[in-house]
Amino acid sequence: MDLKEKLVSSFMAFEERIDVHSELHDVRTSAIKNFENKGFPTKKDEAWKYTSLNAILKNDFTVFPKTDSNIQYSDVKKYFLHEVDTYKVVFIDGVFSSHLSSTTHEGIDVCLMASALTKPKYKMIIDTYFNQIANKDDSLTSLNTAFAIEGAYINIPKSKVADKPIEIMYFSTGNEAALMTQPRNLVIVGENSHVQIIERHQSLNDNPVLTNSVTEIFAQKRAIVDFYKIQNDNLTANLIDNTYVSQKQESHVAVHTFSFGGNLTRNNLNFYHFGERLTSTLNGITIIGEKQHVDHYTLVKHSTPNCESFQDYKGIYSDRSTGVFNGKVYVEREAQKTNAFQKSNNILLSDKATINAKPQLEIFADDVKCSHGCTIGQLDETAMFYMQARGIPKKEAKALLMYAFSNAVIENIKIPELKQRITKIIANKLGVKIGFDL
Amino acid sequence: MLSIKNLHASIDGKEILKGINLEVKAGEIHAIMGPNGAGKSTLASIIAGNETYEVTEGEIELDGEDLSDLAPEERAHKGVFLSFQYPVEIPGVSVTNFIRTAINETRKANGKEEMPANEMLKVIREKSELLEIDRKFLSRSLNEGFSGGEKKRNEIFQMAMLEPKLAILDETDSGLDIDALRIVANGVNKLKSDKNAIVVITHYQRLLDYIVPDFVHVLLNGKIVKSGDASLALELEERGYDWIKQEQEV
Repeated sequence: MDLKEKLVSSFMAFEERIDVHSELHDVRTSAIKNFENKGFPTKKDEAWKYTSLNAILKNDFTVFPKTDSNIQYSDVKKYFLHEVDTYKVVFIDGVFSSHLSSTTHEGIDVCLMASALTKPKYKMIIDTYFNQIANKDDSLTSLNTAFAIEGAYINIPKSKVADKPIEIMYFSTGNEAALMTQPRNLVIVGENSHVQIIERHQSLNDNPVLTNSVTEIFAQKRAIVDFYKIQNDNLTANLIDNTYVSQKQESHVAVHTFSFGGNLTRNNLNFYHFGERLTSTLNGITIIGEKQHVDHYTLVKHSTPNCESFQDYKGIYSDRSTGVFNGKVYVEREAQKTNAFQKSNNILLSDKATINAKPQLEIFADDVKCSHGCTIGQLDETAMFYMQARGIPKKEAKALLMYAFSNAVIENIKIPELKQRITKIIANKLGVKIGFDL
Repeated sequence: MLSIKNLHASIDGKEILKGINLEVKAGEIHAIMGPNGAGKSTLASIIAGNETYEVTEGEIELDGEDLSDLAPEERAHKGVFLSFQYPVEIPGVSVTNFIRTAINETRKANGKEEMPANEMLKVIREKSELLEIDRKFLSRSLNEGFSGGEKKRNEIFQMAMLEPKLAILDETDSGLDIDALRIVANGVNKLKSDKNAIVVITHYQRLLDYIVPDFVHVLLNGKIVKSGDASLALELEERGYDWIKQEQEV
């Protein structure tokens, strides 16, 4: 039985086992049907032209893991932003871990999806938001919807600033020989509210993992959302991240993606506009090697006038690694005075590394400013010589240059401890000990 | 200190240096002048170890040691410094951080401990005052958005920090207004001692009013065709290079 059949056939049993709000059963049933019809995407799908899931799908993934782990905070502390106090929503092998988490209902809701989907007091919110911005046609999103129960539920009411960053953490223990999970996050940020969220998926050993994650983010008027995705997993971990953002007027949502680890990482990042004068920011740094593969597939749909979007993706590829940047900007006829900028700068450090960069602009309005720029190059020889001539050895010079290259994106990190952490990961990744901060 | 013998170098098969001979002793200041395209910057670059050029013949020695197989950073560790004509911008790396990395890498290569942070700050304060550099400037990204003059001043600041044995100043005067020129030249003169040497590469005599050379060499078409004392620079300023070209043809 292949993975698709396994998933489809286990759906009935799963549905009977859980007790969600009744309307949700219909949502799930039509979602699994869509997945059953479409199956996993293949390279024949235009959107998956450069990314193949074939090899990964051959693993015999467990889809309902056992939940007997005894991980202590000290074992996994290093993955958290432990220098500062944070809210934590933690999952182990796809199941909520209350002893590692630090949730709240005081003023803001930072808790688990399972509660929101089952408790009556959340029903109205779930009916209003759950699966409303996610793409119902997309087979992987549908697969997630069918099995959605575990994940983070974050609701920041009107005019509130979340007092601490929120960390959403998914650990896989390797208790299963191979594990597939379907995390589902829902983030609602009210008018004038502000929240910072960090999401991370981390395997604790080398058993294969496939994570098919869906996150829906709703930003109300003037809300500010900073979302950071740290993708620095083991080389046996695979992540398909489907993030959908709905923005109302004058809101500002930024999603920063740091892709350093993992075997295969696919980021489907979709922004939809429902108000004027709002800003969408999509930033990414990708530094990969060996046979790693990272695919950034972005969509910004400008449907309203006077909005801005900024995309800045930096990629550094070594060994036989492959990268994809497919950035789609869609400007509807009504979306006059749109400012849409897109940049994808890439450095190939090896002859065998590949990047496929494909900007796609579809513009139907006539008074807009849209630009895109893709560059693919090697490290600047003159800059290398300059640093070496000052006594900085080649390896360190290279690292400094790559750091400088990624700097525009690093500069955008608003949490200082996180910025330091990312800098450290980059230094480790580049194999140098350089004090970048002074 | 620096001994260059019959140096030939080319890029993409095109010969740029055609047999350079140059002897620089400790305590001396040499000026190398010449028209555009004569090979001045190429010579500077090759001494510092730029691998874009191919040395086809001849040798470069520093204190009797052959430099030809050494990487640029190894030459730097031995005390060679090149002030770039076009310093490179490195966003995200502050001037302080860059110079600290450069100093500590050099110390490491010479078997010394890293410079303690408080000492580093003290030296930075001292040298930045020498070059009249604002402290705020030091926390900015290296050369990013610097004016031409700021870039050059920053080069000499780095030279002051690294205290090289042999400093090659490649067109350090270009892009400097008269005040900045005076500050930079003043800085260079203060760094000068009987233990180090300076090679000044320039188009114009202007800088040499402030940094007075012991020897002036004229580089023309890949060769040093004339050498003299400081008065040669004045003569070049007045008469240009054509008379030397004619002298050569005769």
